[in-house]
Amino acid sequence: MTVNPSPPSEAPLALKVVGISKRFGTLLANDRIDLELRAGEILAIVGENGAGKTTLMNILFGHYVPDQGQVWVFGRPLKLGSPAAALAAGIGMVHQHVVLADNLSVLDNILLGTQPLWHLWSRRQEGRQRIHTLAEELGLTVDPDALVGSLALGERQRVEILKVLYRGARILILDEPTAVLTPPELEPFFQTLRQMAGRGLGILLISHKLQEVMRISDRVMVLRAGRVVMTGKTAEIHPTALAEAMVGQRLPAVVKDSFAPGKTVLALQQVSCGVLEQVSLTVRRHEIVGIAGVAGNGQSTLADLICGAIRPHQGQFHLYGQVLRLISPAEMVRHGMARIPEDRHKTGLIGSLSLWENWVIERYRDPEFSRWGILRHRQIYQQAHTWLQTYDVRGLQSGDPRQALQMPVQLLSGGNMQKVILARELCRDPQVIVAHQPTRGLDLGAVAYVHAQLLAAARAGAGILLISEDLEELLSLTDRIAVLYRGQLSPAVPTQATTLTDLGLRMAGQEVADAV
Amino acid sequence: MRFEPRATVPLWLILSAPIAAIILAFLSCSLLILWTGSPVWAAYGALLRGAVGSPFALSETLTRAIPLILTGLAVAVCFRAKLWNIGAEGQFYGGALAASLLGTAGLSLPRPGLVLVLLLAGWIAGGLLLWIPAWLKTQFQVDEVVTTLLLNFVILLGISYLLEGPLKDPLALGWPQGRALAESALLPRLIPRSRLHAGLIIALLAALGVWALERFTVWGLEMRAVGANPEAAKFLGIPVQGVILYTSLLGGGLAGLAGVCELLGLKGYLTLDLSPGFGYTGIVVALLAQLHPLGVVGAAVFIAGIYVGADTMGRSLGVPTYLADVIVAAALLWMLVCMGLARYRLRWD
Repeated sequence: MTVNPSPPSEAPLALKVVGISKRFGTLLANDRIDLELRAGEILAIVGENGAGKTTLMNILFGHYVPDQGQVWVFGRPLKLGSPAAALAAGIGMVHQHVVLADNLSVLDNILLGTQPLWHLWSRRQEGRQRIHTLAEELGLTVDPDALVGSLALGERQRVEILKVLYRGARILILDEPTAVLTPPELEPFFQTLRQMAGRGLGILLISHKLQEVMRISDRVMVLRAGRVVMTGKTAEIHPTALAEAMVGQRLPAVVKDSFAPGKTVLALQQVSCGVLEQVSLTVRRHEIVGIAGVAGNGQSTLADLICGAIRPHQGQFHLYGQVLRLISPAEMVRHGMARIPEDRHKTGLIGSLSLWENWVIERYRDPEFSRWGILRHRQIYQQAHTWLQTYDVRGLQSGDPRQALQMPVQLLSGGNMQKVILARELCRDPQVIVAHQPTRGLDLGAVAYVHAQLLAAARAGAGILLISEDLEELLSLTDRIAVLYRGQLSPAVPTQATTLTDLGLRMAGQEVADAV
Repeated sequence: MRFEPRATVPLWLILSAPIAAIILAFLSCSLLILWTGSPVWAAYGALLRGAVGSPFALSETLTRAIPLILTGLAVAVCFRAKLWNIGAEGQFYGGALAASLLGTAGLSLPRPGLVLVLLLAGWIAGGLLLWIPAWLKTQFQVDEVVTTLLLNFVILLGISYLLEGPLKDPLALGWPQGRALAESALLPRLIPRSRLHAGLIIALLAALGVWALERFTVWGLEMRAVGANPEAAKFLGIPVQGVILYTSLLGGGLAGLAGVCELLGLKGYLTLDLSPGFGYTGIVVALLAQLHPLGVVGAAVFIAGIYVGADTMGRSLGVPTYLADVIVAAALLWMLVCMGLARYRLRWD
């Protein structure tokens, strides 16, 4: 293997991937993927969930061994299947979910594991100096003595990047790095990325969000079903073409009809609970009310409260115009509230149970589905099959329906899991729907599907509370938007009267001068 | 070398895992037999003969399997709902004690009536003994592993006191044993001149009943849901605490039933050696059966066969009988390996 002679106009090849294939059972997760990344370049890898991005990253970082293919780092073959080899070769990975020790300082987190055990203390000063230099050069300002537990998510991410660079990474893999950032934090983050690229780092950016990809990357590569379906210079690609390449088809645009809102179906009056302070809120029929906010400002508490999982300390909870005295999950189910929780795996579904069990799990006591404690399997199978099919859950279109319904729900993809939840929650024509991050982690096709179902439910008369961190989603679906910041909920304003920047500022806690 | 999860595990693979585990257990234990200086082939031949080699051997194996089926079910039902019941031994004695108290109280009932009353009493006693730790778990998050395990000793020592004192049979020549039960309280023999009693039918019915309960009823669904993901179950409106409580009554009851069957089927009076650890062996039975109620029957017969056969092996070849414990333990360990291999694929890179 010789070092690739690079033309004078081009930087050296930092990473070269040839013919990587990886199969899991019958699923071909990566199919002969080729990739080239030059030093100083930002390459965005986009694709839907399950397109094979994560598999590819895990192969590069040594977590998986590919069935075929080879990787060269700066001209040297990389020993595959060994994270240590990947680190030594200069591949650094920043995971989507920051993995740091909360009880240690920034400095200690960065130094952790980099120094020989018997003289940890003698090198601290040297380490501090290097971190300082790195941070200065890249604009990654962070106090080295602050406790990581006290930092905001954006700052933690900077620590994570510093940690990787400190170990001498020359190729940086960032997995959905903007997922934890607020809109105002985005711009400085992009500048940092640019600066790092300017210093000769090769950057692989994995993302869902097309606008960001268009803004920051030099080149883009689209994966679909394990294959590279498009690569090219970002400047030469149209965003619509990119979206279509990801999905493999044209996406229907969101069409939102406007209805005169009807009676109030859900109302909170001066409710306090955990971090929530004096929250008031109304949702009327035919209306979608959005709650915007950066994660950790009380959304989960609000969602849990309305879903009945926790009780308010203070204030009143009205459902269908009546004060609710008993608040419990079972009570909300009894009232026919449709609840789409944030975490499909933890609360939305029971992974090891089958499709039919997950479909009937809220209603198995109905006389329709059981009598004298005996499950009426025939009715359950029949209805579950019909509804799961209506909501387009994969794997039910052919074959023996009974067999298909026995499949554990954890084997489904994220999008299909969400469809199972939709089939369970929406098949009863609910009057009230609470959806918390209903499209998180879903691919574009599934997102469009979920959006269409929510709009259809609103058209049919449901009042919907949509809690989301995706501002585009909120702006395109909702009628009114309120912002949750540090447990306080702003009054809901009509969506037409607000803009993306406006929302971004309010999510960061800044008051916006009333323009209206 | 690395493991990869399989997308789906075919049924034949799940069924062949225990068979492979048993074969591997015998292979690995043959080293120990060699160590004792006996020929492996002859030793295992003796074991097999002793377990199933004659109608009498078979009847002995089945007799020993009766309490194991019931305690295995008691553990399997609870483990399914993630209620870690380590107290089947105590519940076994609790059931036996209740039946002994009622059976010696001079109740005048016709035969099937009295047996049914005693079975019910044993069920309730065993159930309540597990209900207490389960209630503590739901109310105060007290770890049931500790409480159920320690309750075993409380009950055993309690019974020891009762048999030395108030319940001691004055006609027993000073032995610490309870009074003999009424003749009409005893379970009939299934085969004449053997010890095999009608408890086998009770145990098989219990296994079928538990299987049907898990498969066809809302309670089975609730228990599965709570065991698989209690947080999601709660969010979805299932009364998680209630489910844990009724599971405890069911599981503890089955262990209590084991005690009653052993009492009414074999001895006819309460002693402290009524169970050579059936409650603890029940855990092995349940795990070997992968918590499946019908699998419990197979696992219980297998383990009973090993224990009964090991006696013959010991007598004819002088191989220590506690080798049975080693074989059973090895089978359980190999079972973990084999189930792992069934669920994952081994790759050589």
